[in-house]
Order: sequence, then structure tokens, then C-alpha cells
Amino acid sequence: MRTSYELRCRECGKTFDNQPRSICEDCFSPLEVTYDYDTIKKQVSRELFASRPPNIWRYRELLPLPAEYQPSLPVGFTPLISAPRLGEKIGSRRLCIKNDAVCLPTLSFKDRVVAVALANARSFGFDTVACSSTGNLANSVAAQAAREGFKAWIFIPSDLEPAKILGTQVFGAELVRINGSYDHVNRLCSQIADEHPWGFVNVNLRPYYSEGSKTVGYEVAEQLGWRLPDNIVVPMAGGSLITKIKKAFDELILLGLVDPKPVRFFGAQASGCSPISTAIKQYSTEIEPQRPKTIARSLAIGNPADGHYAIQAITKSGGWSEDIADHEVVNAIQLLAASEGIFTETAGGVTVGTARKLIQQDRILPDETTVLCITGNGLKTTDVLADKYQAERPISAKLAEFEAYLAAKAEKHVPADPQSLPNTAAQTSSEVTARTFAAAANQVSLGA
Amino acid sequence: MSITVQIPTPLRRLTAGTASVACEAANLNELFTALDHKFPDLRPHLRDEAGEVRRFLNIYVNEEDIRFLGGAAYAFREGDEVLLVPSIAGGSL
Repeated sequence: MRTSYELRCRECGKTFDNQPRSICEDCFSPLEVTYDYDTIKKQVSRELFASRPPNIWRYRELLPLPAEYQPSLPVGFTPLISAPRLGEKIGSRRLCIKNDAVCLPTLSFKDRVVAVALANARSFGFDTVACSSTGNLANSVAAQAAREGFKAWIFIPSDLEPAKILGTQVFGAELVRINGSYDHVNRLCSQIADEHPWGFVNVNLRPYYSEGSKTVGYEVAEQLGWRLPDNIVVPMAGGSLITKIKKAFDELILLGLVDPKPVRFFGAQASGCSPISTAIKQYSTEIEPQRPKTIARSLAIGNPADGHYAIQAITKSGGWSEDIADHEVVNAIQLLAASEGIFTETAGGVTVGTARKLIQQDRILPDETTVLCITGNGLKTTDVLADKYQAERPISAKLAEFEAYLAAKAEKHVPADPQSLPNTAAQTSSEVTARTFAAAANQVSLGA
Repeated sequence: MSITVQIPTPLRRLTAGTASVACEAANLNELFTALDHKFPDLRPHLRDEAGEVRRFLNIYVNEEDIRFLGGAAYAFREGDEVLLVPSIAGGSL
């Protein structure tokens, strides 16, 4: 009953059955997995999904998975939490965070896409998997390849964060560092994929891989009590995630699992690599490639392959895209951590900081349900915070010394938290009371 | 100006298996015209009905995206190596 899916060209519509291929042989356009929704509609229900273990595999009818595939890892179903303290500081009364900083097994959203890619790598007969990566994907392919018994080749720009390099090597993967940007690495990998019989998760397995992103959308809807949010803010690198969350929401509506509802999609980028937000702000439908220069290296893709589709998804939804400077990224990482206890990497800082900007612009309104997609973990990019905190002088283990320390600290009266940094949104939201938050939080049903 | 063009695997069925071809061209437009002569079947795969380079085809000169070099205005230099690469990027989000 499976394989109710196949590859189809997004532009010319030509179909290709199921095979490791990402490009239409006629028009060079990307291939996408399409489904037999009539069949799926008869198989699925909210109750069926909810009866299964809390991970991405509960949505298996909506993923391109070979019939015989037996998952071995509980990937995904990360928390969706209401974020009242952050909401107060940036001016939203109904703010939720989808926290993929704690996605298993490697603490980023990439675990979702890799899990689906490797399921297909096995059925296509590959014994080696590979990827080009800005870091999180490298970690995830290396870890899941080890778990599933594949050999792994990982290609990265040479200047990646040390934690992401170590977090790839520890799993026993072959790591190749390339002098150049991610765009150079990616171009090289598309050439390597032509020559070597490997399953490149984001090249020849890309149509399957990218479907894994849809699980973010399914989970958000289910965790909101099978409802869609008013707004969703998504970080953009290649532009794929935002388009796949839209596909997920559209599918849930089509299958009758949620009520139809307009959702505005907002894309977040770092100003130092902002080809998609730049196009949107210029009302252009075409991407002008950029040379990335930002600390948000996981978003540093100057030539985003799905940029064109991301622009369409955002503008048709009535959403918008913004970008923020690197110092604002760092500030937003600190703000999220100190407000909600979530330590995200630079991409998450981009999302939070951009959301704040969009609220200041009145593009996102305070009483709308707004979901921020946090896609990675701060422990992987600690270098950007290196100069932000000083280790205090140690004291001896004596109560009197601690009391003296405390007194000295009170005298200095140093505000230690980043929320005291200038922030106009803090004023606009100061009228928001704790009571309103309690009401908002109650309306956000956080299942599981 | 003699330059070398690398043909990606998906298109080699249209070039009788040729992976690399030498062309005489001063700029991108001349390069496409030269390729049209050599491999007439290739044309619709590189350019759309309006004659524009297809959206998902990236063109690199000596490993640099031609759009950073001036695009159609870039003047090829002797020995340039041109790569035609499908746009499939997306390590990321």
C-alpha cells in the first residue's frame, strides 16, 4: 500500500518514479515528492497520529518512506512552548517557540531531514552517504550514518566552528574541509555526486531529504491542538524549510486535519547573507547571489537554491522577510536564553532578532499566535559569545567572603542581563500584564 | 577566445556522452550560440522559450559564479573553464 508517492518536476511536471535524483533531466528544475492524497486521506486521522510514539515517524504516511523501513531513532517531536517572558520583551502576547535546539540525536532540526534521507539511501542500495554542510547537517549525517551503519563523507567550508567540526569527527565520518564558502562546497558536491555512487543527502537524495522538514509543520499544528498559527518566523539559508512548513500546513488542510486558515510566513536572515530578504524587500521575485559575511554560518548560503520558492511562499501568504546585523544576532541569543532558558545557536538568534524587528514594524501584531522556529543549539556556536561574559574573581569557601562579594556586587549595581540593552519593543510591551499572558498561554494547548 | 565547457552528467545524453568541450566564445551569449551549433539538442535545456538562461542552471567560470563576474557582460579570457551546474544547493534551512 506504500509508495503512494513519486518524484515530479516542480516546473514542467514530468514524473520520475522514485530514484536518487534531484534535477529534472529536461529543464534542470528541482524535483519534489508528490503524494496520492486521495489514498492518504483514507488512512490518516488526528487520532492515528496521536496514538503513535512522539517522534517524526508518527506522520509516516505523509513522508516518502520505503514500505519496509523500520526507524531506529526517536527523531523530532521537540517541545512547542509558550514564551511569555520573551514575548513581553519583544511585544507579543501569544509567542511560542518550536525548540529544535533539543532535537535528537544531534540537537538541530537537521536530524529530521537526515532521518528521512537515510531511510531512502538504504532502499536505493547506497552503502555510503555524504553531504555538503555548514555544520549542523554534517553532525547529523555523521551521527545517523554511524547509527545506521553507513560510511559517511562530509564536506564543509574550512572555517566552520570548532564544535561543529569535532561534533562530526567524533562519529567516525570522513571530513573534507574545503577552502571557500558553502556555495563552493555545494557546487563541488554536485560534481562529486556525478562521479561517485554515494547517497548525497542534499544532492541526489534532496527531494526525499527535504520532505523531512515538513514534520516541523505537522508537529506545530498538532501541538497547537490541531490548529495553525497566525504567523510563523523561520530562518532561511537555502530557503527550503519555510517552503516545506507551508507544504505541511497545506497538506493538513487538504486532508481535513486542521481547519483552513491563512498563515503568514516570515523569513529571517542575517544582513551579512540576506539574498532572500533583500529580494523580498525590493519586491523582486529573483535572487541576486551574495558573498556571505556573517557569524550566522549555518545560514551563510549566498546562492539559495530554494530562494525563488521561499519568496513565493512568503509573499503569497502576506508575510515578509527581514534581516538583522551580527551584533543583533548575539543580543537575541542572550535575550532568548535569559528569558526562556533556551540556548540557541546563531541561526536562532537571527530568528528571534528578526521577529523582534517584524513586531516593531507592526508586521506581526501582539495578539496573534506567532511561532518562532529555533533550529539549532547554542553549545555549537559558543565562540560568538566568547567576549560577552567574564569569569569573576574566585573567592574562598567562606560565608564571610561570599557576603563581602555580594555587598561589593550590590555596590557596583551592574545589570547583568542583556534585556537591559536598548530595545524599543520592551516599552511597547510593558503594558502587557501577567494576566494576559496566563490567558494567552492557556489558549495555546501544548500537547505532549 | 578558447574556453573549455564541462557538461554535467544529466546533460551528457544530449552531447553523445561528451563531458568536456572546447568552444570559441567572447562572452556568455557567444558561448551559448557555439553550444547550439555543436549540440542542437542541448539548447532547450539551457535556455527557456524566451531565450533566458534557465533559472536553475548555475554557470561558473574558474569556480566562481558568473553572476559575481558581471554575468552576460563578462568577457571570457583564454583558457577559462566553464562549469554548468544544476542549482540544487541547500545544506541548510
